Amino acid sequence: MQHKVIDTKDVVIRFAGDSGDGMQLTGSLFADMSAIYGNGLSTFPDYPAEIRAPQGTVSGVSGFQVHIGSEDVSTPGDYCDLLVAMNPAALWANAKWCKPTAMILIDVDSFDENGLRKAGFKTDNPFEELRVEDRAIIAAPISTLTMESLKDSGLARKAILKCKNMFTLGMACYIYSRPMEYIYAYLEKKFAKKHPEVIAPNKKVLDDGFNYAANIQAIPNTYVVEPSPKKKGTYRNITGNQATAWGLLAASEKSGLPLFCGSYPITPATGILEELAIHKSLGAKTLQAEDEIAGICTAIGASFAGNLAATTTSGPGLSLKAEALGLAAMTELPLVVVDVQRAGPSTGIPTKTEQTDLTQAIYGRNGECPIPVVAPHSPAHCFDAAFYASKMALEHMTPVILLSEGFIGNGSEPWRIPSMADYPEIKPPFARGVLPEGERFHPFDRDPETLVRRWAVPGQAGYEHRVGGLEKNHSGAISSDPQNHALMTKERQDRIEKIADSIPPVKVIGEQKGKLLVVGWGGTYGHILSAVNKVIEDGGKIGYAHFDNIFPLPKNTREVLLSFEKVLVCELNVRQFASWLESRVPEANIVYYNKVQGQPFLVTELVEEIKKQMED
Amino acid sequence: MANLTFKDFKSDQQVRWCPGCGDHAVLSALQRALPKVSQALGYAKERYVVVSGIGCSSRLTYYMDTYGFHSIHGRATAISTGIKVANPTLTVWQACGDGDALAIGGNHFIHAIRRNIDINVILFNNQIYGLTKGQYSPTSKFGAITKTSPYGTVEHPFNPGSLVLGAKGTFFARSLDVELHLSEEIMTQAALHDGCSVMEMLTNCVIFNDGAHKDLSDPEVRADRTIVLRHGEKMLFGKDHNKGLVLQGMGIKAVTIGEGGYTIDDILVHDAHTDNMGIHMMLADMKGPGLPVALGVIRDVKDITYDDGVRDQVKDVMLKSNIHCVDDLLHSGSTWEVE
Ligand code: SF4
Repeated sequence: MQHKVIDTKDVVIRFAGDSGDGMQLTGSLFADMSAIYGNGLSTFPDYPAEIRAPQGTVSGVSGFQVHIGSEDVSTPGDYCDLLVAMNPAALWANAKWCKPTAMILIDVDSFDENGLRKAGFKTDNPFEELRVEDRAIIAAPISTLTMESLKDSGLARKAILKCKNMFTLGMACYIYSRPMEYIYAYLEKKFAKKHPEVIAPNKKVLDDGFNYAANIQAIPNTYVVEPSPKKKGTYRNITGNQATAWGLLAASEKSGLPLFCGSYPITPATGILEELAIHKSLGAKTLQAEDEIAGICTAIGASFAGNLAATTTSGPGLSLKAEALGLAAMTELPLVVVDVQRAGPSTGIPTKTEQTDLTQAIYGRNGECPIPVVAPHSPAHCFDAAFYASKMALEHMTPVILLSEGFIGNGSEPWRIPSMADYPEIKPPFARGVLPEGERFHPFDRDPETLVRRWAVPGQAGYEHRVGGLEKNHSGAISSDPQNHALMTKERQDRIEKIADSIPPVKVIGEQKGKLLVVGWGGTYGHILSAVNKVIEDGGKIGYAHFDNIFPLPKNTREVLLSFEKVLVCELNVRQFASWLESRVPEANIVYYNKVQGQPFLVTELVEEIKKQMED
Repeated sequence: MANLTFKDFKSDQQVRWCPGCGDHAVLSALQRALPKVSQALGYAKERYVVVSGIGCSSRLTYYMDTYGFHSIHGRATAISTGIKVANPTLTVWQACGDGDALAIGGNHFIHAIRRNIDINVILFNNQIYGLTKGQYSPTSKFGAITKTSPYGTVEHPFNPGSLVLGAKGTFFARSLDVELHLSEEIMTQAALHDGCSVMEMLTNCVIFNDGAHKDLSDPEVRADRTIVLRHGEKMLFGKDHNKGLVLQGMGIKAVTIGEGGYTIDDILVHDAHTDNMGIHMMLADMKGPGLPVALGVIRDVKDITYDDGVRDQVKDVMLKSNIHCVDDLLHSGSTWEVE
């Protein structure tokens, strides 16, 4: 066979195996190495629903998809060029994600009678059963070769078999011409402190995997993906949950207020609490509460006491926090509530992504209870989104809901590290000065311009006052007076609407007016952008507006929507943002494209839908 | 700091409890205790925060001229916890009822005790839901006839004392609404205690559960049916001060000095500071007809507090870490340069 080295713009690799096979680590190593090499990058882990499902079964399959490019890439890719399947179940669960031209690399040692039956195959030819027999199949005895590679290492059989993911990684590195020095350096750094003894064996297996791939004749082609020309600067790889945590810490620094986070563990949001718990050196206090309600209530207490307070959760947790959110709105205390959305309703599919909490975020409380809602659009953007959500909360004295998603919370991308000097100061409206003798602090007197109240923090002499869930008048006294209730209700609504004065207008990519505007919000940005670019490349005349601010909407929303004959709202729910836009701009001609499968959009299906809408 | 008096803690809000409600006395005891606490510990008035949930007793927040947070049903303990962790220099007092703290807020209540967060919880126990007009509560006696139990309840009540001690509480005290001085005394002791202090106040709801504690509070019988425990003092009670408590077998027994061969030397001396949970549990559980109900500070032991733990850990990590600002954080771990 003639071996060719092919230069390519981008490739998608999907690593899949049993949840004990270390595929998340393999995938992230491949991603980190590619990021350091300078490729454009986007990743998406596909966790199994069960933590430790029976070995070898489909429900225990764990996947990690990496998309690398010689230019920036904005999604983890729809379909893969290489599928690594460490066992039959991984093949079963992932064959559908293979491109027609894909290679499939399997550990043939696990494809025995037992493995095939466990995965649910009926015959001994799994490739035919899945109709992928025409793909280039590389059947490598990975387990055997790993045993062989480390037979003199002194490691136990179990420990050796744990290294088979490194053998696989070595093979993938050969196929995609990865510069091995990056991964050596990475391994050394990663294990130097805790497990120096595993560095040498891991390197050996990695090399053996690489050499094995180079020596066998089974690999038709290898590929080169050049580094992408990037803006000068220092880069790092970051996940959305990590960026969210760091954005909160950045807001703490810029406001001079200690960060307090009260949370209860819940998939897929727990990573934020875990990340904050590490960074106590920046003064962050984390409290793992006894339940979701205590999470938000401790945060409300901390806010009353003058901290930047946050609570993190996912959809079911947001439901539990609803009453306390009303309390935060009623007492007009700053609070950031992060909801990393997952497939619902109820427990739903905890490890899968969705955008189905939008309506809950906007409306889900008793009484007239407006609360701002913002949404990050990519893993790295979670940093800015969390920073500006905190700024909004602190400067406008209101709870703010940050609607992240499992897809971007767990996904990662390279990020050009910003300088904190480029971020604005955060200035909460603290009550200051000594009150004249005999005068009392009125907690709900408002700034005439912004309608924001002042914040007097316990410990400040002379400003003693009471807040609470009961309706009050401006002085802070309880009041059930009908006119006062009407006034306070209006002020609570108006002050949130007025936040629109301080948020940037929504930008339109492509045509600024015309026939079709594509609209998205939140974590679908990468997919929609790729699809829109494709349609524009093909000559389509369309615009694309992506909303980071959900409530209040940017001030130019109406103008933008009405500049197009038709508005196609694409979202991972059933028309939630579309209905919200309709309620705010009823004259707009809105059509929908929805998907509720617990999966992100595919670029291909979006391109198809946009083209169809252009023709209609 | 000027000497504070009870007037400094009275807000301008009109007190709206029913005339004769036991809550009035508890408020008054608190307003009298806090100036003493301030004097003993040097607390300025602005350092006090009063937190409450929902229920008649939770209205207390509005009657105190301090920083105050009247929150939502059951959640006062979680709010207090957040306040104290955020700013440990504040001194947090919490008012909550039996329904608020032990039914809807039961989870937060036991976890605050387990963590030993330094807050002072006044638990108003009138064995009824007053604000919603007379339904049974988790402390209503078995068989209690109320609006939601017209044929009597068929569920056992909580004894707040055993709940607190079961959660390894470090401070538990009890008083009666009518025992104003004793209430004031235990509040002062609670303030001196580092950790979660729970004070159960047996209060009377004149409207929906009048006389619930009558068998203890009636001046005729009070001395014989209650015992006031003070650390280091003999466990004596009774109108004539001639009854006492002794240990017998696995339990506690009430005896009369001079009868059955018992002398003053046989009477137990109260040790509120002992780690021995068993004896405190027995004391907290005592009830008639054989035994008096214990009032006063039953348990007061030292242990690490949650707020100190959090603060010390932050300090410790700050010293050890080389990440001191967000710029450091952003550049930590694996990074790479693009020239
Ligand atoms: S209803 Fe009962 S508890 Fe409530 S204020 Fe009246 S007497 Fe007090």
